[in-house]
Amino acid sequence: MTAYDAIVELNDHTHWAFGTGFDDPLAGIDTSVPPGTDTAEQCLALGDDALIMSHRLAEWCTNAPELEDEVALANLALDLLGQARLLLSRAAQARGDGETEDTLAYLRAEHEFHNVRLAELPRGDFAHEIARLLVFSTWRLAVLERLVDAPDPVLAAIAAKGVKELTYHREYAAGWTVRLGDGTDFSHWRMAAALEAVWPYVDELFDSREARDEFDAAIRQVLEEATLAVPDVSSAARVAGKAGRDGVHTEAMGYLLAEMQSVARAHPGATW
Amino acid sequence: MSARDVAATVLDPELPVLTIADLGILRDVHEDGRRVTVDITPTYSGCPAMAAIRADITARLHDAGFSDVNVRTVLHPPWTTDWITADGRRRLEEHGIAPPGPAVRAIPITLGRRSPVPCPRCGSSDTLNVSRFGPTPCTALYKCTDCAEPFEHVKAI
Repeated sequence: MTAYDAIVELNDHTHWAFGTGFDDPLAGIDTSVPPGTDTAEQCLALGDDALIMSHRLAEWCTNAPELEDEVALANLALDLLGQARLLLSRAAQARGDGETEDTLAYLRAEHEFHNVRLAELPRGDFAHEIARLLVFSTWRLAVLERLVDAPDPVLAAIAAKGVKELTYHREYAAGWTVRLGDGTDFSHWRMAAALEAVWPYVDELFDSREARDEFDAAIRQVLEEATLAVPDVSSAARVAGKAGRDGVHTEAMGYLLAEMQSVARAHPGATW
Repeated sequence: MSARDVAATVLDPELPVLTIADLGILRDVHEDGRRVTVDITPTYSGCPAMAAIRADITARLHDAGFSDVNVRTVLHPPWTTDWITADGRRRLEEHGIAPPGPAVRAIPITLGRRSPVPCPRCGSSDTLNVSRFGPTPCTALYKCTDCAEPFEHVKAI
């Protein structure tokens, strides 16, 4: 069997659309969705967070300071892309409107994405990425931990798997935060500046007090070890009270989507 | 050969010293005449090997005379390295890959204070974590400070 055969599966040459296809990540899973839940919205929001953050992390390929960190960031991106595929597939099932993981990822407009603004912020220096990753993974871990008992069994299973992955992501970010914060004066200063730059986007992450308390405690532990302080900065402005979850994004989002969706939009339905 | 025995011979494409049964991702095989339903579970959410594994299982079973093969994904409960069999652990070690320790249930931040991973070559526990991530999502890179051998370690999750 050739590598191509393995990728397209035995008789299905049509499914490798957009170069992502492989196969349905939810193949064979019961498609029914428990009534009266907001599974579609929840999966879409969490899927969008994972997809956009994964895209930003993937931008580090060929740009990371060391090969090991390039591999690490690509691995984190891959985990999140896997979570995005599962979540967007589940969102598509729950919507039942003919959308698929691919159309949701590649054919929606900016205002239809519900990711938090933290995920879309442009790539800064390595310290900025570590600061964003520390915040993102600590927050997402706290959120997914609370979803392992979700009424939708598929979302619950995706969350349980994600918890294991995010634990590793947080460890990686925490390790670098300590190394840079408790390193030289210069690395300390740059890590502190990076935290200040991402901190305005922390408040909009939380709609649950418990998750926020867990987040604060974990961040405090890391920053203490890193000889850094929790930044004292005000939150990023919302637009008429709206932010990423409501489809209101920063200027960076349009550019990100233009790149991420370019092939799918230029060659609709293309397979290779 | 039963369908289960056939499916159990499929190798993991990323760690080809292990079968999918050794790795613990083969969850169930249900045989009904020539119809076979195989349940597998992903190791990591983004594991790109799933499609290849699915295709391999189908091809092996077709070759063994099972004409109707359905491979299903099972997400719950999530895969853990604790499901790697004793045989699988021994084979990893033989091939210079340090097998995982017990999976951690709680999720504290360890900040680098982890239990040491013994060197699969010389057995020394004086080893260094070079990178938390290796060539595949499931491994980390280590180096032995005693025998200087670099090696991979399957992370416990």
